[in-house]
Amino acid sequence: MRTYLLRRLALFVPTLIGASIVIFVILRILPGDVAAILLAGPTGDSVYTQEDIDNLRESLGLNKPIPIQYLDWVYGMVRFDLGNSYVTNRPIARSIRQQFPVSLELGIFTIIVTWIIAVPIGILAAIRQDGISDYILRGIAIIGLAMPSFFVGLLVVLFLSVLFNWIPPIGFTHLWQDPVVSFQQLVFPAVALGFSVNGTLLRMTRTQLLEVLRDDYVRTARAKGLSERVVVMRHAVRNALLPVVTIAGAQMGLIFSGTIVIENIFSIPGIGRGVLQAMFFRDLPAVQAYLTYFVLVALVANLLVDLTYAYLDPRIRYS
Amino acid sequence: MTTSQDSIAASVDFGTVKRPNAAQQLLSFMRTKPLGGTGVVILFLAALVAVGAPAIVPYDPWDINATTQLLAPSSQFWFGTDLLGRDIFSRTVYGTRVSLFVGIIAMLVATSIGAFVGIVSAYYGGKTDLVIQRFIDSITYLPSLVLGLALMAAFGPGFTSLILAMIIIFTSRGVRIIRSQALSIRELPYVDASYSIGASDLRIMLRHILPNTFGPMMVVATTMIGSAIVIEASLSFLGVGLPPHVISWGGMLSGEILLDFASAPWIGIFPGMALTLVVFAINVLGDAMRDIFDPRLRGR
Repeated sequence: MRTYLLRRLALFVPTLIGASIVIFVILRILPGDVAAILLAGPTGDSVYTQEDIDNLRESLGLNKPIPIQYLDWVYGMVRFDLGNSYVTNRPIARSIRQQFPVSLELGIFTIIVTWIIAVPIGILAAIRQDGISDYILRGIAIIGLAMPSFFVGLLVVLFLSVLFNWIPPIGFTHLWQDPVVSFQQLVFPAVALGFSVNGTLLRMTRTQLLEVLRDDYVRTARAKGLSERVVVMRHAVRNALLPVVTIAGAQMGLIFSGTIVIENIFSIPGIGRGVLQAMFFRDLPAVQAYLTYFVLVALVANLLVDLTYAYLDPRIRYS
Repeated sequence: MTTSQDSIAASVDFGTVKRPNAAQQLLSFMRTKPLGGTGVVILFLAALVAVGAPAIVPYDPWDINATTQLLAPSSQFWFGTDLLGRDIFSRTVYGTRVSLFVGIIAMLVATSIGAFVGIVSAYYGGKTDLVIQRFIDSITYLPSLVLGLALMAAFGPGFTSLILAMIIIFTSRGVRIIRSQALSIRELPYVDASYSIGASDLRIMLRHILPNTFGPMMVVATTMIGSAIVIEASLSFLGVGLPPHVISWGGMLSGEILLDFASAPWIGIFPGMALTLVVFAINVLGDAMRDIFDPRLRGR
């Protein structure tokens, strides 16, 4: 297991190199002069001179050849120096350090909420196959899949404000500062963010469980007189959930990119707000850093899923 | 040899087995897959609305009117009016155009390029394949929405940038899926057989591999339209997609809408429902097609 983990971590390196090149290329296809775009401001009508452009290009290192710029950036990243923002002139690493725990809390909270909601419902739908509850639950799941997260988010805000006169709070309280306030802050964004993920998870749980329930060992378990509850929970569900765990990995990427939309609706000061601001002002160094963050999240999520899989399924042993 | 084959062909008489025409096929699809059939009907209606938008709308969707601000739905304004006094119904109808257009263009270009690159890459293998795959992998590690944001930041706002961004996002995903299909087909006996009788690489790729990727490709293409519509709407919602003068469902939900949403929910609910309905139709159609094209899942 340890060698496997080390080998997987070593594989991060080529993927990250590939991703960093792709990210760099995407952002260098910017039409026009970055310095001119920055000086023009987000509305594009600020006044500046050629001298301003030359000075800015010099200070941003944009006069160097592209490969050198790339190497500079990678060298900085390796030392955890992500450079300064073009816009605020603050170190990007510091902003990310503040925003990351917020998004991580929201992400983990969402994962917990989706598993608590979707898996039991999926099991219920499978046990009551083709019953009324099965149809209703599947109908809700399929609508959940079709609703874009920003629409769900807006509806949740509407619902809360009409019922409780609630408005999105300013600022953010971490879980370790005040668990109760933090929970109140996060539960609704998490439900909104997890809504579409729930649909996938529920349908996956249902189909997997239906398949497993037809297996020979389940018939054996029934034949030896075990109660239906033990058959389903102890024998069937354990095996049925394995493929669901794999799907959860892909879902984590979806959840973390979904934070962009949800954080902006609920004014949560996480990565999602940071990245949108950086994109809006075309703050290149910050955008590069955020994109690398999303690649890293995807890599770590995949690794976690593989490890969980190995832990849950004794048939899989990595040498 | 030839004579015996001829006689078998004559006695079996293949002519009596008629292929069902397109209408019959559609009808049997509707009967066996009612939910998928519903999807077809909804999409057909949406396409009609998109094409006939100017004939349907009661008001000019761009027309700003200070006397009709934030009116609730009524017989005069079916879906109410927004902050600038524009008719929400007319705007929702026009929004169909952008959504379907973006979805279909992204799907067509992405599957065409995806099929070409995916099949060539899988067929020849080797170093080219490795380089292409590493490149595609690196792109697909970025979630679609994040990649979309980055590309929009790079290209700048606008309709052309958006289309270009969508094409890049979905081509990378298309290549990946079609390549994996082509890889497994390449190993099948009929490809070997074709190679052994001296068929050219081009012929094998066009006549044998390409047609056999069609099934999964149709499923991928359908779901791709849905994802493209959602990504476009999300980008426009975040304010980095389409410029304000282009009417899109995502755009109708963006900006200062949150301020008025609680007191005038109709400004957001109708475009949001239209979006949900179209994506729902695409999803159920995709599910039905997956059932048909993926024999392992058939009858479930």
